[in-house]
Amino acid sequence: MKAVCWMGTEKMSVETVPDPKILNPRDAIVRITSTCICGSDLHLYNGFMPTMEQGDITGHEFMGEVMEVGSGVDQGKLRVGDRVVVPFTIACGNCFFCQKQLWSLCDNTNPNAWIAEKMMGYSPSGLFGYTHMMGGYAGGQAQYARVPCADVGPLKIPEGLPDEKVVFLSDIFPTGYMGAENCNIQQGDTVAIWGCGPVAQFAIRSAFMLGAERVIAIDRVPERLQMARDGGAETINFEETDVVDFLQETTGNRGPDSCLDAVGMEASGHSLFFATDRAKQALRIKMDRAEVLRQCIRACRKGGTVSVPGVYGGFIDNIPFGAAMNKGLTFKMGQTHMMRYMRPLLERIERGDIDPSFVISHRVPIDRAPEMYRIFRDKEERCTKVVLDPWAEGARAA
Amino acid sequence: MSRETEMRRNARDGGSQAETLQRWGMLLGGGALTVYALTRRRPGIALAAAGGLLAYRGATLGTTKFRARASFAINCEPETAFRMWRGLENLPIFMRHLESVRERGDGRSEWTAIGPMGKRLRWNAEITEDRENEFLAWRSTQDSDFQNWGSVEFRRAPGNRGTIVTAEMEYAPPGGALGKVAAAIFGKDPEFTMREDLRRFKALLEMREIPTTEGQPHGPRSAVMSAVHAVYPERRKPTEYSAGERVAAQRRAS
Repeated sequence: MKAVCWMGTEKMSVETVPDPKILNPRDAIVRITSTCICGSDLHLYNGFMPTMEQGDITGHEFMGEVMEVGSGVDQGKLRVGDRVVVPFTIACGNCFFCQKQLWSLCDNTNPNAWIAEKMMGYSPSGLFGYTHMMGGYAGGQAQYARVPCADVGPLKIPEGLPDEKVVFLSDIFPTGYMGAENCNIQQGDTVAIWGCGPVAQFAIRSAFMLGAERVIAIDRVPERLQMARDGGAETINFEETDVVDFLQETTGNRGPDSCLDAVGMEASGHSLFFATDRAKQALRIKMDRAEVLRQCIRACRKGGTVSVPGVYGGFIDNIPFGAAMNKGLTFKMGQTHMMRYMRPLLERIERGDIDPSFVISHRVPIDRAPEMYRIFRDKEERCTKVVLDPWAEGARAA
Repeated sequence: MSRETEMRRNARDGGSQAETLQRWGMLLGGGALTVYALTRRRPGIALAAAGGLLAYRGATLGTTKFRARASFAINCEPETAFRMWRGLENLPIFMRHLESVRERGDGRSEWTAIGPMGKRLRWNAEITEDRENEFLAWRSTQDSDFQNWGSVEFRRAPGNRGTIVTAEMEYAPPGGALGKVAAAIFGKDPEFTMREDLRRFKALLEMREIPTTEGQPHGPRSAVMSAVHAVYPERRKPTEYSAGERVAAQRRAS
């Protein structure tokens, strides 16, 4: 089959590799019909996530048709022929964490848990196509994928809904939604959202669903700011405006009730700390640039909430923790507990509350994935979201 | 460690008191000799070195026994975990170094461990303590070349949140070729080996299979990583798949 492989920093390549096989009784094999490039894949592309290995198949936002199920899959839950969206987190369904609905913290699905334990104390769940520390599972930017614990994760999609409306249930829609939910929004709240990428776009719309009165979104890319305004947000271009000053002023010196970091470890900014982050990252002294998180902490009102759906990989410094402590902030974060949100959000799509396909800017054959990684990273061609067709022929058939 | 297991270990180590005495004797004697040699009017380097060696031998004496201990909270009743472990023939499913355990029915069992290049280590073991749903201990019998001890404790977690399973193992490495095989099997870090064994035991009970990526597709690996993979080949056993199937079938039946 064709698969997108990480061959090194800024080196992606479409390779012909063997088809996946069932390796455990609860596995399924899915023939992929749509698969996407996620903003978090760019952290891999840029070489900032440790424990990638040349030849790893990337991708964690995919859907398709079930071709084969293992003998341990509960037939009542999943059958050959089902059309499913596959969540990016893999969960066993039976451990302490799964039973508490903390699906992305599953105890059992990471076969390399010991690596994650060395770094974090305990290991989160396995993820598709996202480093060996997080399980080393082959990803879904391919024609087929092996899906472990297939009777827990995949969500069946009813006929009549096209791929592009539902494929984002695999990650970014639930991730944006959980980010907004983690803001602990009360009726009438003001929420500030850093970043206007796809996750932020869903966070903006979810914040309104959850009762926010005012959403202020921050970015510098014109088309993304426009998309945020289309979703009802006010916007700040951080190239033109001092974000923290503006937020203080526009809220009457109270500050936003919640601040959401939908950017993560590769933030951009202008502060002195940003410059040192950048220098240290270049020297590989540390991995993460935390400019957005710093701004979130400073801007947030006293007793407010900071929600972090943006991905961090390792260590950050110069965090104003004194401000966080003295202002009594609450922090909520984590990889998305996918199985909590997929079904309710599918129902919202079915009801017509939202059509997630609005974020798509590019639909291309999988052969063009390597160049699309660069275009998406550099935000060229007004690129906001790339959906890959694993079966379309020809590199130029977009 | 509960006081109970501590006491049990001390009892098991009967005779180690003499060993401890000898060790401290060497340590203190060697140390004193070194101090004397270095502080007298004409320092004696050879004497000091001899003293140092004696102290070093003392310090390392009796520590050549390998011990490992690991503990995991498992989301099941103590009975379920105990039953799985008490069927000693199940152990090779999650203990990768074990090829087989055969129970003979009289509390005795025959164990075979397998190391690199198919080198095997065999020993007989007997159950020394068997408290249903709580505790199990075993040791190799006197006629075995490879002396080892093991125990596992099943304790209901506070708040009834599953079972805390604590396993311990200890072995005295035999000399010669047998010692090399044992070292290869249990690795430089027996605690790591034990932890990963226990993690697989937990997965088998909770996930009902052992997670893996061995055998999945990938693109071309780098020359360096290909070499690493050649030196450290994948170690999943074929029985890990069928164990998952068996557990799934048992669940369906119950």
